[in-house]
Parts: sequence; C-alpha cells; structure tokens
Amino acid sequence: MAGQESVAATTVLMDTDCCSSGRWQGNTLSDMRRRMVDRIATGLCWAATALVLLMLFSILFVLIRNGIGGLRWVTFVHVTLPPGQAGGLANAIVGSLIQTGLAVLIGAPVGLLVGIYLAEFTSTDGRLINLVRFVSDLLLSAPSILVGLFIYMVVVVPTGHFSGLAGALALSILVVPVVVRTTEDMLRLVPLSMREAAIALGAPRWRVILFVCLRAARDGVATGILLALARVSGETAPLLFTSLGNMNWSVSPAAPMASLPVTIYQYAGAAYADWTALAWTGALLITAGILMINITVRLGLGRNRK
Amino acid sequence: MDRSATSPSALTGAVKGNGDAVFATIVRCAAVLILLGLGGMVAVMAWGARAAFARFGLGFVLDKAWNPVTQHFGAAAPMFGTLVTSLLAIALAVPLAFGIAVWLTEIASPRISGVIGTLIQLLAAVPSIIFGMWGFAVLVPFMAHYVEPFANHTLGHVPGIGQLFHGAPYGTGFLTGGMILAVMITPFISAVMRDVFLSMPAVLKESAYGLGMTRWEVVRRIILPWSRTSVVGGIMLGLGRALGETMAITFVIGNANHIGWSLFSPGNTIASLIALEFPESAVGSLKFSSLMAVGFLLMLISLATLVCSRLLLRTRAAG
Repeated sequence: MAGQESVAATTVLMDTDCCSSGRWQGNTLSDMRRRMVDRIATGLCWAATALVLLMLFSILFVLIRNGIGGLRWVTFVHVTLPPGQAGGLANAIVGSLIQTGLAVLIGAPVGLLVGIYLAEFTSTDGRLINLVRFVSDLLLSAPSILVGLFIYMVVVVPTGHFSGLAGALALSILVVPVVVRTTEDMLRLVPLSMREAAIALGAPRWRVILFVCLRAARDGVATGILLALARVSGETAPLLFTSLGNMNWSVSPAAPMASLPVTIYQYAGAAYADWTALAWTGALLITAGILMINITVRLGLGRNRK
Repeated sequence: MDRSATSPSALTGAVKGNGDAVFATIVRCAAVLILLGLGGMVAVMAWGARAAFARFGLGFVLDKAWNPVTQHFGAAAPMFGTLVTSLLAIALAVPLAFGIAVWLTEIASPRISGVIGTLIQLLAAVPSIIFGMWGFAVLVPFMAHYVEPFANHTLGHVPGIGQLFHGAPYGTGFLTGGMILAVMITPFISAVMRDVFLSMPAVLKESAYGLGMTRWEVVRRIILPWSRTSVVGGIMLGLGRALGETMAITFVIGNANHIGWSLFSPGNTIASLIALEFPESAVGSLKFSSLMAVGFLLMLISLATLVCSRLLLRTRAAG
C-alpha cells in the first residue's frame, strides 16, 4: 500500500516537473510520442474497465427488468404448472435449497479434512500433498458438465433412476475443491506459536488441529464454505443428468428433484410467455442470492482485515 | 478412546499416538478420495467411450460427421467449435483483463480500486446460465441487427479475411459464443493479473518512474516482463474455464454441427452438444458412447490446459 502511494507521488512529481521546467521530459518528437502512447494506453485501460462494468450492470438491469414482475406471492407458493396456469417456482426453490444444502453437507467435511491434510501434514507426506493440491486445483476448474456425466454413470445408471441425491453428489464434487483451497490458506495463517503453545500443554496433534488451529481459522473456513455454496447454487450443467428436474412437489432426495437452474434452463427456451417470465424471475432470485452471499463475505473479510 | 486421550492422566504415548494415527488415517483417506474423484472421472469417461472408439477408431477425433440416423459419429465439429469459441474468448478477454488489472493497480486510487475490483469479481460469481440468458436476450439481437450486417457489408468484401464475416446474420454463432465466454472469463484473468502486479516489489516500479519512464512504459517494460509467467498462467486458467463452459454457450452457439470459416455461422461445442443430446440417447447406444467419447476428449483438452496453467502459476509462487 505504502509502495503504491509512493509510486503515485513520484508520478505527480514528474508531471509537475515536466510542466514547469520541461527538463526531464523534453519536447522532442520522440518525447511527445511517448506521452501520446501513454495517454492512449491509459485511456484504453479506462475503457476496458468501463466496458466490463457496463456488462455487469447490463446483466443486472436485464435481470431486474424482466424478472421483477414475477416477484409475487404466487411464485413462491405454487409449484411449476403447465403453461397458462399461473404456476410458481416453489418446488424449484425448495429443490435447490435441498440439493445445495446436501451438497455442502457432503462436500464441506471432505474439503475440510483435505484442507487440514494439505496444511498440517507437510512434514510427513510432502510429495503426496503436492499431488493432492494439484489435483484439487484441477477439480476447481474442471468442466462441470463432465461431473454430471460422471455421477450419471456411477450413481444414476446403477440405481436405475434420477434423484436429488445424485444431483447433490454432483454438486458436492464442486464444493470440495473450493473448501480445500480456503481451508488450507486459512490454516496456514494460524501462527506457529499457537500450535506450539497447545502442544506444550500436552494436547495430542489432532486436538491441536481441530480445536486450536481450526478454531482460530473458523471465520475464513466459514467464508470458504459460503463461497462454495454460492458457487454451486447457480450450477446447471451437473444437475441436468443427475436430478433431472421435477414438475411436481417432491422433497424426497431419492426421487428426481426440481432445481432453480434447471427450471430456468427448461423455461427460458420455451415458447410460452409466462414460462419465460418465470425463468427470468428465477434467474433474478438466484443471482440476487449469490451476489448477496458474495457481498456479505467480502464485507466480512474487509472488516476482519482492518 | 479419543476421549481418554484428552484427560491428562491418560497422556501416555500409546493412547496419544493412537488418536493421532486415527486422525491421520481419516485425513489421508479424504485426500485419496480427491485423487480417486479425478481419476474416476477420467476412467469412467474412457469406459463409457470404449464402444465409440472401438467402432470408429482414432479417426473419431477428426471425423466431421454427427449423424444419428446413419449412426455415424465424429468429434471434429464440436471440437472445432470448442476451440474456436475458447480462442476467440481469450483473444477478446486478455486485452480487457489486462486493461482492468493495469487500471486497478496503476491508475485508480486505492479506495476506488477496491470498490471497482469487488464489482468486477462479482461478475465472476454470476452463474453461467445467467450469462446465457443475457446473451440470448441482449447480445444476440445486438449482433443480428447491428454488428453482423455491418461487418457483412464492410469487412465481408475485404480479400483474405472476408470469408470470416460472411453468412446470414442470425446473431448466434461462434463469435457471439466467444464474446459471452470472454465476458465470463475476464474477471478470472484480471484477478490473477492484479494479484501478480500487486505482489511486485514497489522499488522496481519506483526506480523506473525515477528514470523518467511514462506509466505505459513502466507497465510494458517493467511490470509485464516481471510477471509474464503468471500472466500466461492466468490466461491458461481462463482458457480452461472457457473450454468446459456449458450453459452460457448453449443459448447462443446455434447448435449446428458445422465447421466453417464464418464467425457468424452457428456451430456447436462439446459441452453444449452433451447438454443437448445426452437426454435423448439411451444407455448403451452408440450415440451414448460417442457422447462419452467427446466428453473424454474435452476432459483431456481441459486437463492439459489446466495442468499448464497450474505449472506456470506454481513456478511463480516458488520463485
């Protein structure tokens, strides 16, 4: 931070110098060209930032414009119905909550354990740790549709039917690497002196890790789990072949289960105006939820840092 | 057993070691589970694809046909679409991401930079299906009404590159797909770039400014050479994301198994093909196996890209 400010100060200094005496940056043709190139590059950087911000606001604007009309009581209490029958999204919302909830319940403990392994067992398993970290990072960006295919082959085909549980399993594969990454990072921030103090008191290593280190890192770890929840709640591709979607009210994880993203996907391409309107409302709901989690997490992090 | 290890009287080596051993085993099992997860994915794809590879051989990879009626399948068209859209996305996203990273680290004041940086990272959190819907509702009509007719009339007659801009202005197609992907991956790439730029020792930049370099010269001659490896790593990470993206592309790609020079012609990508055709293919059929085979190819391509990316980014972290 201090370095950045001093760079800025240097720039200011140079600018005034060049304007007052013109000694450092002369007025030869090459100097003028250099300043021109600098201005153009600066302008392009402004333009790039503005353009991407414009995209973000355009997305939010379109979502709100098309989705706000559907934010009615009926949307939250009615299940999806055939076109023309004033249906809602209740089953999709509840299905999404169940599946993402289950996914986090399955994925977060595994992610926590692996994160602990990567942060705390470096002295004994160095090589395996590097491999596991590498593979976990690969999973972080692996194509999510292939995760869906994988679960289809190992869960849906053997059990013979689509199910909410299969959807949750597919999502949990995406939860694990996010939790692994943040858990490891946060555990590494725990000061060594804390571990030493706990060990000096005679606590066994597993107790030190679980009740001293993990406890000290719990805010960061919770952040990671929340971010993982936010990430998977918008995932569509892994659910297409696993939980399939369900037009009726169903909360059984053993049966096909509706979810917001899949319902949005099915409705957005439909030719019925009320279905597309519902798709936009669903999209607005899910984006608002995800952005809210992200903003909360970021604000929380900023507060802790100060 | 674990409980006894906690009471001071039972702090004998044997019991203490036992609790630790149990814990270490549990934790190692979880770690192995991750390895099995990725290994399992590759293995299951390969297993599902065996019928397609047995029937078509390695020629499957370069075969342009995708015809369920004649039961003749090949991966060339979706692979072409995947690569073209992803490379277009990279070509569009890299300058944007670079501009943003420079703006955030060198131009904006720290306070504003924090706010704008957060907003741009929020874009990365938006689910891909939302990008798809936005693309379909905003970008496709925009392309169809303004960009494509305009490009048809002007660039379409330029010898050499004219072919790229021919074709009916549907609005959907390779270029639109690439643009959507570019918007999606820009935040990822710019986040990597910003982190590297910030991790650079300030004294290097200060001495360059002190010698009278302009800001752009500092970026071009000092920052970029210093951070080149990680910047390329970040770009590869973005490419890896773009290759496997499904929902954003499905809405705007046009879904035609087609290879052509025109950027405006509808095409298909591997992920999009799987999303569309998988629900209508029976387990055990040749089509099912062919879809698994293209999935397997996508897995290989994206893993290779991500491995490169991680190796490049790791070199930086170590040195």
